[in-house]
Amino acid sequence: MDWFWKFPHMDDEKLRTLRMGIDDAFRGFTRAYGDRLEEAFEPLRYLLIQSERLLLSTPWLIVILVIAALAWWASRRWSIVISSIVILLMIGYFDMWEDTMRTVSMIVVCTIISLALGIPIGILMARSDRVQSIINPVLDVMQTLPSFVYLIPVVMLLGIGRVPGLIAVVIYAVPPIIRLTNLGIRLVDREVLEAADAFGSSSWQKLRKVQLPLALPTIMAGINQTIMMALAMVVIASMIGVQGLGQPVLRAINNQYFTVGMFNGLAIVGIAIIFDRISQAFGKRIQKHQEYAHG
Amino acid sequence: MASSANHYAIEFKGLSKIFGPHPDRIIPLLRNNLSKSEILAKHGHILGLNNINIMVPTGCMQVIMGLSGSGKSTLIRHINRLVDPSVGEVLVCGEDVVKMSRGELCEFRRHKTAMVFQKFALLPHRTVLDNTVYGLELQRVPKRRQVESAMYWLERVGLRGFEDRYPNQLSGGMQQRVGLARALTNDAPILLMDEAFSALDPLIRVDMQTILLELQKEIKKTVVFITHDLDEALRLGDRIAILRDGEVIQQGSCQDIVLRPADEYIMSFVRHVNRGRVIRVETVMDRTGPESAQNGVEIRAGTLLEQAASVLLSSQKEYLIVTNDQGGRLGSLSLRRLMGAMVSA
Ligand SMILES: Nc1ncnc2c1ncn2[C@@H]1O[C@H](COP(=O)(O)OP(=O)(O)OP(=O)(O)O)[C@@H](O)[C@H]1O
Ligand SMILES: [Mg+2]
Repeated sequence: MDWFWKFPHMDDEKLRTLRMGIDDAFRGFTRAYGDRLEEAFEPLRYLLIQSERLLLSTPWLIVILVIAALAWWASRRWSIVISSIVILLMIGYFDMWEDTMRTVSMIVVCTIISLALGIPIGILMARSDRVQSIINPVLDVMQTLPSFVYLIPVVMLLGIGRVPGLIAVVIYAVPPIIRLTNLGIRLVDREVLEAADAFGSSSWQKLRKVQLPLALPTIMAGINQTIMMALAMVVIASMIGVQGLGQPVLRAINNQYFTVGMFNGLAIVGIAIIFDRISQAFGKRIQKHQEYAHG
Repeated sequence: MASSANHYAIEFKGLSKIFGPHPDRIIPLLRNNLSKSEILAKHGHILGLNNINIMVPTGCMQVIMGLSGSGKSTLIRHINRLVDPSVGEVLVCGEDVVKMSRGELCEFRRHKTAMVFQKFALLPHRTVLDNTVYGLELQRVPKRRQVESAMYWLERVGLRGFEDRYPNQLSGGMQQRVGLARALTNDAPILLMDEAFSALDPLIRVDMQTILLELQKEIKKTVVFITHDLDEALRLGDRIAILRDGEVIQQGSCQDIVLRPADEYIMSFVRHVNRGRVIRVETVMDRTGPESAQNGVEIRAGTLLEQAASVLLSSQKEYLIVTNDQGGRLGSLSLRRLMGAMVSA
């Protein structure tokens, strides 16, 4: 009756050889292809470094003006412009400007890459139920697997630095944009699509002139979520060498510096608010055709 | 056979459509005269259309009538192949739609057909003008010509000044006028209208019918118009086909349908029709005609009975003399005969 009270697991010796086998195989793979992979990701590293350099070398006043102009263009609301400026001034005054610029640069690049991958995948998913049934479980795994778990192989392959950080962030941040692009396109009214067909739209014309514009509000919600998830990964990414606001937070945890942790944490919240308000207001503004009711 | 291509814009030949997983298994059974409900109960397939044969002459307004679920939408969607047939041919301007490749079908839809939908189906993110140019945009017509043509048709349907509004800022009647302008701007020889006016309230509906009839006088397109309303069918149609459970149970001119309904089912509709507004004088006149024209008043063939009655009564003569456009006599119609045709079944 022993098996009844204690789960009859694989015997220890076999389990150990299994683990070692997998580890060895992966290490072998790393040794064989690690360099080549690193080379393949070189353009990404270059992009990250350049965008960081750009933000750091531009005088702070100009950065603030550019962000304020962006906020105005996206939202057309003074309240958002002014709160963005105030948040940035506070961050600078408390001497977190450089770390903040590093983080902003990282988030911008991660978001662009997530969108470049996520939107096409979302479109493919919307066009075929088969593709959807394959990709959905993958997304489920990506969203539930603790991020530390996939940090291990990424670090083994590429070491510590910006690129593995970017990969970790993108894996974490890309599911919402894929899901919401898919959803947005699938929600487009069947009758409108039939009209598009009846006038002889090719499938590319239908996508560009009907499906994407009508899915845009949903896609914008996805972009907003992707940005927020990327920001949420900043602290974890700093564990594998991504510079920015995450590193002081990490140091603060290790050394119990309450105030340092608090300030940098609040700075992360601050830029989250700026990104969130700007992207949401932009999403609302581009669907202005839904605001008017007839009468 | 080449001549038939010119004469008929649309021909359905032995067209059947079955919805379900294995239509090919059901097709052979159709020859045994199985009914729609039997096919559903015994074989789990839906009979959409059964052996449809309709020829629509070029430039004619063909009405398809039938109750909900009789297969009207399915039929009209075969013309631009939004629905693929299970068996049969659909010839449009002499070409078999069923044999077209994807690319050919796209071109065909851009140039040969335009469609107006029951629920308007406008693009909500585009303004009235941008909706109207949609078809021309797909055809890659230069922007200036797109706008020129769209503005012309918007003006014709009475929407001048509304170009920059969005569809949800307009009333239902106005939205459907955009739908009509969008279809007309496409300048295709065939206009498909699936219950285009059914969602509108009665007054606006009559307005839209009037607009359509006036436009049709000059554009002379081949129009396939779907409705479940007999009054609308009789007002608009040159020819009417009546569908029930996916089969054509009668087709012919308005006069045919009203004067010689094929069965009880059609008779039950026709009974409520105001015959004076449908039947024309030449249909019921006495072809032998009177010897002298002294006591008669002349009237053109094509006049409706109701109007003819009022002409006759106000003229104080005894009978009408029906003439053709050149003034030649075709026959006569006494008041007694006229009243009889207006009331009796
Ligand atoms: N895609 C489909 N799959 C299965 N059955 C269908 C499909 N489309 C139509 N049908 C069936 O075919 C029949 C005819 O439908 P259709 O829409 O052509 O009717 P209709 O005459 O246009 O009715 P309505 O006046 O309600 O629009 C109905 O029984 C309907 O259930
Ligand atoms: Mg219908």
